[in-house]
Amino acid sequence: MSAARGRKLYTFPGGVHPEEHKAESAGRPIAAMPLLPLYVVPLRQHIGEPARPVVQVGQQVLRGQMIGAPQGYVSVGVHAPTSGRVVAVEPRPVPHPSGLKDLCVVIEADGEDRAIDMTPLDWHRMDPSALRNRLREMGLAGLGGAVFPSFIKLNPGARRQIPILILNGAECEPWITCDDRLMRERASEILIGAAIMRHMLGAEQVLVGIEDNKPEAIACMTAAAVGSDVEVVPVPTVYPAGGGKQLTYTLTGRVTPSRGLSTDVGVQMFNVGTAYSLYRAVTFGEPLLSRIVTVTGHVASPGNFEVRLGTPVADLLAAAGGERPQATGRVVGGPMMGFELHDTAAPVTKAVNCILVKNAQLFPEPPPPMPCIRCGECARACPVELQPFELYWYAHHRDFGKTQAYHLFDCIECGCCSYVCPSHIPLVDFYRFAKSEIWAREREKQAADQARARHEFRTFRLEREKQEKAEKLAKKAAERLESGAVAAEDPEAARKKAILAAAIEKAKKAKEAVQPKNVDNLPAEVQREIAAIEARRRGGADEPEAAATARTTPNP
Amino acid sequence: MPGSPHISLQRNSVRAVMLKVLAALVPGVIVHAWVFGPGIWVSLLVCTAFAYLFEALALAMRNLPLKPFLTDGSVLVTAWLLALSMPTLLPWWIYAVGMLIAVLVAKHLYGGLGQNLFNPAMVGYAALIVSFPMYMNLWPAPVSVASHTPNLMEAFDLVFAGQGAVSPDAYTAATPMDAVRAHVRAGGRAEEIARESFKLIGKETLVLTYLLGGVLLLATRVITWHIPVAFLAGVTVTAGVLYGLDPARYADPLFHLVTGSTMLGAFFILTDPVSASGTPRGKLIYAGLAGFITVLIRTYGNYPDGVAFSVLLMNMAVPFIDAHTQPRVFGEARGRRGGS
Repeated sequence: MSAARGRKLYTFPGGVHPEEHKAESAGRPIAAMPLLPLYVVPLRQHIGEPARPVVQVGQQVLRGQMIGAPQGYVSVGVHAPTSGRVVAVEPRPVPHPSGLKDLCVVIEADGEDRAIDMTPLDWHRMDPSALRNRLREMGLAGLGGAVFPSFIKLNPGARRQIPILILNGAECEPWITCDDRLMRERASEILIGAAIMRHMLGAEQVLVGIEDNKPEAIACMTAAAVGSDVEVVPVPTVYPAGGGKQLTYTLTGRVTPSRGLSTDVGVQMFNVGTAYSLYRAVTFGEPLLSRIVTVTGHVASPGNFEVRLGTPVADLLAAAGGERPQATGRVVGGPMMGFELHDTAAPVTKAVNCILVKNAQLFPEPPPPMPCIRCGECARACPVELQPFELYWYAHHRDFGKTQAYHLFDCIECGCCSYVCPSHIPLVDFYRFAKSEIWAREREKQAADQARARHEFRTFRLEREKQEKAEKLAKKAAERLESGAVAAEDPEAARKKAILAAAIEKAKKAKEAVQPKNVDNLPAEVQREIAAIEARRRGGADEPEAAATARTTPNP
Repeated sequence: MPGSPHISLQRNSVRAVMLKVLAALVPGVIVHAWVFGPGIWVSLLVCTAFAYLFEALALAMRNLPLKPFLTDGSVLVTAWLLALSMPTLLPWWIYAVGMLIAVLVAKHLYGGLGQNLFNPAMVGYAALIVSFPMYMNLWPAPVSVASHTPNLMEAFDLVFAGQGAVSPDAYTAATPMDAVRAHVRAGGRAEEIARESFKLIGKETLVLTYLLGGVLLLATRVITWHIPVAFLAGVTVTAGVLYGLDPARYADPLFHLVTGSTMLGAFFILTDPVSASGTPRGKLIYAGLAGFITVLIRTYGNYPDGVAFSVLLMNMAVPFIDAHTQPRVFGEARGRRGGS
């Protein structure tokens, strides 16, 4: 029995209660989309390496055919949403905060929607590694928003088993109802997916966390769980209850370590949509081809749609009756963590759970920011217990070292601090800025380090080769002299021998003197910088210029 | 292009915060007028007028927009706190100098709203007390004991036209703290005068109204419990220890709690978020030490009250305190704390 009563729940710190706006889209059943003439399928739909295109322009493809193959470990496949012809493999607008284009496979549908042969997976008997490989090829990735490849998370790894599996049905972002509808309509299928996950992880306990503002979903999931030991647990409605670390804590009291993963405390978590797609993959052998997307806000008829991946957002909006007049923009995802969509030609990807159309009443322009008065509202709202106002102070003044000391990278960018800020400071923007600056500097530093290492090694190699050549030569000469039966009393021969010995000595010395740090060919300022760094490394005793000279002086 | 979140809590604003503080002060102001006479209305008016004058001047000189900053309410809070910390019925220019120091020096020279290291009202107060100690000791006597309490018209006269017919002796009196100090120096026992003096004045009512205002601030989440509790505890413990050592020489803790600016300080002055510590543990240290210093200054110093100087001293320590009291973030191992 899946009675939720009696389970002790834990309250995570902070959190906010924005207006929920779930009713707009939650009332109607998930609707199918008509087959469209054109699909634009991005090759980068998951975290990690983008898929590598494996189709050519002009090629015929079938529904479910792999058009992008995973490359690298953290990667999954990408598939044709319908049958048709590949008309382009080129950069197209994609749903990304940057608004930049990315490589897409454009498929012109032939209207027949013919599929590849799909064979169900015998998950009970399959080798776990083979099963994970199949899921990797089938494109399974987390549908909660992070789109992390599922096959990696389904690998219990060295631990052999992960005791607790949590299905995340919290759906704490306002406006979004795709998980709500999925749980109401396809609860049994979700639980089959959960059973497969449990098998793969060796989990002893399965918990389903659902915010208590979704009584219908809770009822449906609870009914579907009757007869199993899956526990459906209503959790208090407070944003961000659906955050990974937050839901883990709420349900189990286990605290995911800072910079760690929930698996460190024996918990693995999947979105309910991911469990559903796993069910489809295993039961029908069907790759990840579609997902549920909420279309809501300032549209004619808000609702949820089962959308093929690659469907242009414009077509999806049309299916929801189109935007109403005076729309002021569109958000991909929810109002707390979503991002602005620049172009409705961009397609729905695995990460897109909601298209939220804005208007001036629901999404008024924020008042102009005022200075921070350190009131601490942000700190009280922060679910990670950061001091956002201190972080803001240092990010604003570009003191990135301090932002890291104040745990910038523990920030989950949930937006609670910005939401409550009386000064209406876009705090999260400052943290994103600081993070990207730190990453950029890290990359620059790595590139510079690599370049320097490469150059130093080359110089070292050339020097070594020269020395080896000289030594070889000297050795040969010595051998010749000795074998040449030169009379000991011959003064000329003795002199030559002495010279030779001296040469060998010199070569040896030179070899010792060579340091793998030659930097002659670098521009002066770089040399100075390297010298300064070297000086610091040695304790700062040397004067930088002298250090540089000493090192770059050729052999005596 | 700003990123997420795309919504914000519209009812939250700097102005809303400041208005809540002002609203919480209103009962105190009314009771102040009832206990000490209508002089407070005049000093509030004068302080407010100069506050806006100097604020506008500073904003204009700094090329900042007038409207958002003049309407944020922060300068009004500064004006009211200074007026409530000072004797009433002083010449207008003393209030003007106080506001000039508070607004131009303590606030805008440090960078304006949100940037000031020190509590502006307390900087103004401190500047006045070291510059014009004679005036700053002219505390009006409570209505209950004064031989004459100036009415509103007389109060205006006193503030704007100087003494006129009424002599300060008629309406001023030594504060209980001064009385205790003088009594002890003259060889008397502190408790005799302490009990007597605050029984006389009806000032407990005023203290209770500040307490009420503080509860209002707590209830509306403008402040947290840390600062008032730690400050009042700091005062009580320090005074308690001294009183325990020698009840003849030191006033009891209750006396310290109900006299001077203790309550006003606990809920309205120390809690100024800009100049106070921002971490939970930091607030306890900041306010606890402020309470300790307050009693020391009151007991061993020559100033009528110790709140202003203890606040300023602790303001100075805030960056240090905050850096060393950063809370552990969610999931951070115990014993490992960030910041520094």
